[in-house]
Amino acid sequence: MRVNFTVNGRQQEADDVWEGESLLYVLRERMGLPGSKNACEQGECGSCTVRLDGVPVCSCLVAAGQVEGRDVVTVEGLAEFSKQREQHGHGGACGAGGGCGGKGGVTLDAAKQWQAKPAGDSQTGEGVELSTIQQAFIDAGAVQCGFCTPGLLVQADALLEENSSPSDQDIREALSGNLCRCTGYEKILDAVRLAAARQGEAV
Amino acid sequence: MAQNTRTVPAGTPTNVTQKHTKGGIGESTLRPDGTLKVTGEFAYSSDMWHEDMLWGQTLRSTVAHAEIVSIDISEALALPGVYSVLTYDDLPAEMKNYGLEIQDTPVLANGRVRHHGEPVALVAADHPETARRAAAKIKIDYRELPLVTDEASALAPGAPLIHEGRDDHHIGHVPHPNIVHRQPIIRGNVEEARKRADVIVEGEYTFGMQDQAFLGPESGLAVPSEDGGVELYVATQWLHSDLKQIAPVLGLPEEKVRMTLSGVGGAFGGREDISMQIHACLLALATNKPVKIVYNRFESFFGHVHRHPAKLYYEHGATKDGKLTHMKCKIVLDGGAYASASPAVVGNASSLSVGPYVLEDVDIEAIALYTNNPPCGAMRGFGAVQACFAYEAQMDKLAAKLGMDPVEFRQLNAMEMGTVMPTGQVVDSPAPVAELLRRVKSRPLPPERQWESAGEGADVRALPGGLSNTTHGEGVVRGVGYAVGIKNVGFSEGFDDYSTARVRLEVINGEPVAMVHTAMAEVGQGGITVHAQIARTELGVTQVTIHPADTQVGSAGSTSASRQTYMTGGAVKNTCEAVREALLEIGRRKNGSYHPAWATAELLLEGGKIVTDGGEVLADIAEILGDEAIDLELEYRHHPTVPFDLVTGQGNGHVQYTFAAHRAVVEVDTELGLVKVVELATAQDVGKALNMLSVVGQIQGGTTQGLGVAIMEEIIVDPKTAKVRNPSFTDYLIPTILDTPTIPVDVLELADPKAPYGLRGMGEAPTLSSTPAVLAAIRQATGLEINKTPIRPEALTGTL
Repeated sequence: MRVNFTVNGRQQEADDVWEGESLLYVLRERMGLPGSKNACEQGECGSCTVRLDGVPVCSCLVAAGQVEGRDVVTVEGLAEFSKQREQHGHGGACGAGGGCGGKGGVTLDAAKQWQAKPAGDSQTGEGVELSTIQQAFIDAGAVQCGFCTPGLLVQADALLEENSSPSDQDIREALSGNLCRCTGYEKILDAVRLAAARQGEAV
Repeated sequence: MAQNTRTVPAGTPTNVTQKHTKGGIGESTLRPDGTLKVTGEFAYSSDMWHEDMLWGQTLRSTVAHAEIVSIDISEALALPGVYSVLTYDDLPAEMKNYGLEIQDTPVLANGRVRHHGEPVALVAADHPETARRAAAKIKIDYRELPLVTDEASALAPGAPLIHEGRDDHHIGHVPHPNIVHRQPIIRGNVEEARKRADVIVEGEYTFGMQDQAFLGPESGLAVPSEDGGVELYVATQWLHSDLKQIAPVLGLPEEKVRMTLSGVGGAFGGREDISMQIHACLLALATNKPVKIVYNRFESFFGHVHRHPAKLYYEHGATKDGKLTHMKCKIVLDGGAYASASPAVVGNASSLSVGPYVLEDVDIEAIALYTNNPPCGAMRGFGAVQACFAYEAQMDKLAAKLGMDPVEFRQLNAMEMGTVMPTGQVVDSPAPVAELLRRVKSRPLPPERQWESAGEGADVRALPGGLSNTTHGEGVVRGVGYAVGIKNVGFSEGFDDYSTARVRLEVINGEPVAMVHTAMAEVGQGGITVHAQIARTELGVTQVTIHPADTQVGSAGSTSASRQTYMTGGAVKNTCEAVREALLEIGRRKNGSYHPAWATAELLLEGGKIVTDGGEVLADIAEILGDEAIDLELEYRHHPTVPFDLVTGQGNGHVQYTFAAHRAVVEVDTELGLVKVVELATAQDVGKALNMLSVVGQIQGGTTQGLGVAIMEEIIVDPKTAKVRNPSFTDYLIPTILDTPTIPVDVLELADPKAPYGLRGMGEAPTLSSTPAVLAAIRQATGLEINKTPIRPEALTGTL
């Protein structure tokens, strides 16, 4: 079947989609957006969390056909989504989401190059525009292996959109559907607190 | 690749200490891969894609122990979109097994399966669902065999042998062929020492099977190359160990199997063994197309080894003034169907079974069994975790029997520098066991029964049951528990443990730039962050590039055993020192005649310049280097160890010891058996924190894995069928952010003079003491004797 939907502000069309494919599969394997991760495929880990018409969902549990005509934001579009929200007071329509239009995955050349960027890159943020929550995850040490990070970022960003100064228990509740095996969550809490504080300062 | 390869022994004296450089060691610099990871661009092994790529699927056994009577692949092959179906008969080389130490694991089952989920056949197809459906159409006729599931059934007269005709180097000293390895340790005289004991406590403890549960499932991409070889992009902990196991079963020389590390979504020991590597290569070579294999979570539970479940039998004695007299123990580890890392786990479990205590009279025995249960091997803590759970329970029992404070009792018996281990090895660097306990104990306790004082403001989410809103404090009791543990660092028992680092220094756009190239698997721990820091410190440069990890450079050893910062970090330091010396040599040659200091002063590299130790600038690095590049690849070794004697267990078998302590504060809803860990304070000596942000992150992460196995994590294997009953994140629970408490961390930095920068390997120690601290707190809260981990609600409410 054919599925038409908006991903990170761009209209996309996926052809030859098998009815059993999930939104996650279509994003990762057909749209060239492997940022959303597949760690359990049953909605337990939250690694595949995306915004579907603004609502955070596990994209592994959404059938591809269900997104016909709807709007999806993935981690690849999070910086732009957040920027649009700051500028217009809402997210949704955004421009460059990165990666859209390719057939799927990361090419070998790109994969080989991942470490070849200057080692100081993430400290300077040179050439990459990040949302507040993305920068806070780097600064607070909330990223180790990083596999849970995309889902956590989408979920945490949605939390801060709803609640600009969450309590620790609010953060824990909001992120309780996202498993992380590396960090023990302390630095993820730090990151969300940091992002909330920075957003507060910016207002 | 490298212009000059030579070996420099570890501990080569360096006559200069580089001063602080911005972004150097000791700073909490940020991860070089951080931006890619937060934007979704970081390429994990499961994200690989290639034109014309096929998807590989493994068919695994549905029974634990059986003879394969027949395999019929015809229907699978007939399915449109299927390119290849492979079974044992299709294996191309004489070598058909692999294994870390003992090559006992079949690439594909050879007429017999020994555990639930053993790979039997492979499919390559053009869509993952087609591959799955084709695998389901393969018909296998099994004739089930009697099961071996525990010590009794493994050693019973007439017990089926899991591996017949063993010829490995342990078979000569094990009492039964269903025992992989046995390590006794005898020191002093337990019978005599027992006479001095005023109290004796005995205990029998059961440790459940824990899964590493890394989030990024096993995956990778194999691409056939024109020379008949294969390129493999994969998530692993040790590229060169994989290579040694992959090449022989493909029938290829190692140089035709080119491996590159792709993004690794966590490891924790679960990627030390081969998973899909060989299978993907076989399918790629059979189809002459790139083949990607990605396990789903269900398959991941069968795709890697787990932490050994164990039975531990302990006897301790103490005098009435609180001094330990003796210890006797037997540790039975269930290694499952294949050896994996079992022999080394036995060595660790036995040699660390005494804990961080002074005990001169011991009688220790550890064994690992071959059974039809899932294979077990490496997981963070590696044999020391199971022992710590048991000996710390014993310490609490002894303290209670003596009427002593459990922390004071431990402190009274705590080892320190100079203590002799049961193996006869002297602890030759700081061992601040008593101090670590003091630090966690002296921390203020979180306020009690805060829901009462908070009144309306009480947050039910902080109570046992959390979001389920099962209590407002009624039936909730608090407990506090302590534990401390000892772990070794690096590969022990005479293993030739080395790391290789290549460092290239050249001028790019007028600036000196260092490139660090190692085969170290960055699995999330932050090794690449500290490599860049080390290069900045040693070479006085700002810009450092980290080359992708591959097999074009020498081995970096495994990212395990808390060893990478010590070993590959040490290798990077070592090579940088040689590069620095080569640079100074060029400087002396070019400019030596202009300034006497070139010959007379100690020279340092700072801020891109060559300076005297008095601070005088002699030259820019860029000016001295010019168009030349210094490119060196050197190996680095820690000081040698020896195997433990097979009868007495004596021998300097370990490289370095590392210690952590925990205090757990728990609240238990005694009606429902729900546990809320309120705080899990920890203190650890790391020798030298090269990157404090990363160190604290490791401690908090390791602590949480220990919490998991205390109260929720266990792979349940049905004893009647040896089948895994809960291979999913719905049924195998790991801690969520709601289950995890605040984890205050206290870091000591007491240098080990033998180690690079004085550092102490630190990734595993926090996983040891976390579990027994939580269990001790639950015991204190409930008054229950808890001898099994994990402890589940039904056991806490007595409904089991």
